[in-house]
Amino acid sequence: MRKVNQKGWFFVLPVLILVAFNALVPMMTVVNYSVQETFGNNQFFWHGLGWFQDILRSERFQAALGRQALFTLMILVIEVPLGVVIALSMPRAGIWVPVCLVTMALPLLIPWNVIGAMWNIFTLPDIGLLGYFMNHVLGLDYNMTQDPVAAWITVIVMDVWHWTSLVVLLCYAGLVSIPDAYYQAAKIDGASNWSVFRYIQLPKMKQVLTIAVLLRFMDSFNVYTEPFVLTGGGPGNATTLLSIDLVKIALGQFDLGPAAAMSLIYFAITLFVSWLFYTLMTRNDVK
Amino acid sequence: MAKITLDRLRHSYTATPKGPADYALKQLNLDWQDGGAYALLGPSGCGKSTLLNIISGLLQPSEGRILFDGRDVTALPPDRRNIAQVFQFPVIYDTMTVFDNLAFPLRNRGVGEARVKARVEEIAAMLDVTEMLRTRAANLPADNKQKISMGRGLVRDDVNVIMFDEPLTVIDPHLKWKLRSKLKELHQRVKVTMIYVTHDQTEALTFADQVVVMQDGEVVQIGTPVDLFGRPAHTFVGHFIGSPGMNVLPAEVRDGAAWFNGMPVALEGAIAPGEGRHEIGVRPEFVSLAPAGIPATVRKVMDLGRHSVVEAVAGGTRVSAIVEGMAPGQGEAVHLAFRPDQTRLYRDGWIASERGRAA
Repeated sequence: MRKVNQKGWFFVLPVLILVAFNALVPMMTVVNYSVQETFGNNQFFWHGLGWFQDILRSERFQAALGRQALFTLMILVIEVPLGVVIALSMPRAGIWVPVCLVTMALPLLIPWNVIGAMWNIFTLPDIGLLGYFMNHVLGLDYNMTQDPVAAWITVIVMDVWHWTSLVVLLCYAGLVSIPDAYYQAAKIDGASNWSVFRYIQLPKMKQVLTIAVLLRFMDSFNVYTEPFVLTGGGPGNATTLLSIDLVKIALGQFDLGPAAAMSLIYFAITLFVSWLFYTLMTRNDVK
Repeated sequence: MAKITLDRLRHSYTATPKGPADYALKQLNLDWQDGGAYALLGPSGCGKSTLLNIISGLLQPSEGRILFDGRDVTALPPDRRNIAQVFQFPVIYDTMTVFDNLAFPLRNRGVGEARVKARVEEIAAMLDVTEMLRTRAANLPADNKQKISMGRGLVRDDVNVIMFDEPLTVIDPHLKWKLRSKLKELHQRVKVTMIYVTHDQTEALTFADQVVVMQDGEVVQIGTPVDLFGRPAHTFVGHFIGSPGMNVLPAEVRDGAAWFNGMPVALEGAIAPGEGRHEIGVRPEFVSLAPAGIPATVRKVMDLGRHSVVEAVAGGTRVSAIVEGMAPGQGEAVHLAFRPDQTRLYRDGWIASERGRAA
């Protein structure tokens, strides 16, 4: 019998240590906090699943979760089809390809808090370009610091502006990988443009589209920086998404236990929905 | 079904072609008879795929016309030409079943569902894919996928021509033969004009009744496999077809006779008058070792089992001979004899000896 060399495990050790310190240990700390109560002095008392019950029953959490779900739903509904449409209308060859690609990539290169700040200034009613245009040229009453609807529209438009490019670039990569023969065969078979999209482009884009949907779901569900910089969660709590609320509890109120419990629930929801998306979108794949 | 005529067809991929070198296709005049099995044979880059795409309408020719039964179709898009094409890599609509794949061209043309079902089942039976009709096409192996692509062409009963663009490239060698004979069988059953593009002489010669040999955007010879093998009109054809290809030997013409390496060589017939660079062409099958003849030295011997290919050097020129039975050893001095009725003269590449009276 061949002797198996077990020394190979040592090669995995650095990764194990790295993962332990940047993921496992912090995560277990959170789990630790979530089942304990503290009154300061670094003294902790066992609290069981109390915090989880409190969080799940709290109206504040339910409202934030509702806002978060609505936000993510709108982001997916807008960005995914829009990204597909833009990718389809981009040129496949020629000098305009690099122009389009660079233009598309630009929003993705801007730091997130800069985007929040940019849009904040952009929408100021009296001096921002958009704000001034809406209020003084179109004569609309647009002020996102006072009007929840305006705040929501701005947060969503900002996210669409920032992230649709990601969907576009992924779909475009899927589209250019389709060999010409497919389009030629479809032409010969007399397929309509819709059929070409439905039976050639969409199936070939499916894998990248799965990744795009997953990434957009996770990123929009966990979004923090941009809406926080833009609206600070306001007006009132109108745009207080889950992550913003979590930071308020954890760092604003320093309620470690509830914040930890909320983090874990948040994490579980993200994980579950991601799994659901992935399973549903790949269930018919060729093995 | 239709007779296809190519009328003074030229094509260039550059917008403003300056010389003949800019043309992928140089001045083509060709007739493809209705119901024929044709092969377009030539090395990569000779313009055969360009020609195919022009016939199918995927490409607009720079000059000239394409006629289907005398009707000008040059400006028509592929779907209005009623043609079918099978590509190098199988094109399959992944999300559909085999049945839906085969039905796709019919449904796109608004054919009634009852008729679609009848046609698809008929074609599936012809292709031996009946038991796969309900499976997803994406899960099939390459040879079956290629059958389905073929089936999408056959399923329409109004196709003028089915074109195959090197369809066996991705098929395993042992399945190539099966698919090739299937194709031949299908042609005999449906009698649709078929054009088969390939650079593989075996595929071309086994499939086609007529082979069109192309080189550098020009048709060099059109003929039956027997013609191409027996009497190549151009040294390129002689060299390209056959394994090993025809021996092409530098020659001199003096006093109405051809000379190679200082020896007179008997040809199939008289030499057509003219000047140019002369070459003698003789297939290795018709070169034999003889007690007297052109002196040569054996350079190497390849034993192919049934016979040996002897490569000899005569005056610096390599000559291959196919020898049955005992082959000479390497380095041995031999004499080569050419069978006169199979020995031809070529001038600037084109045949310049007249066909002999002897069979």
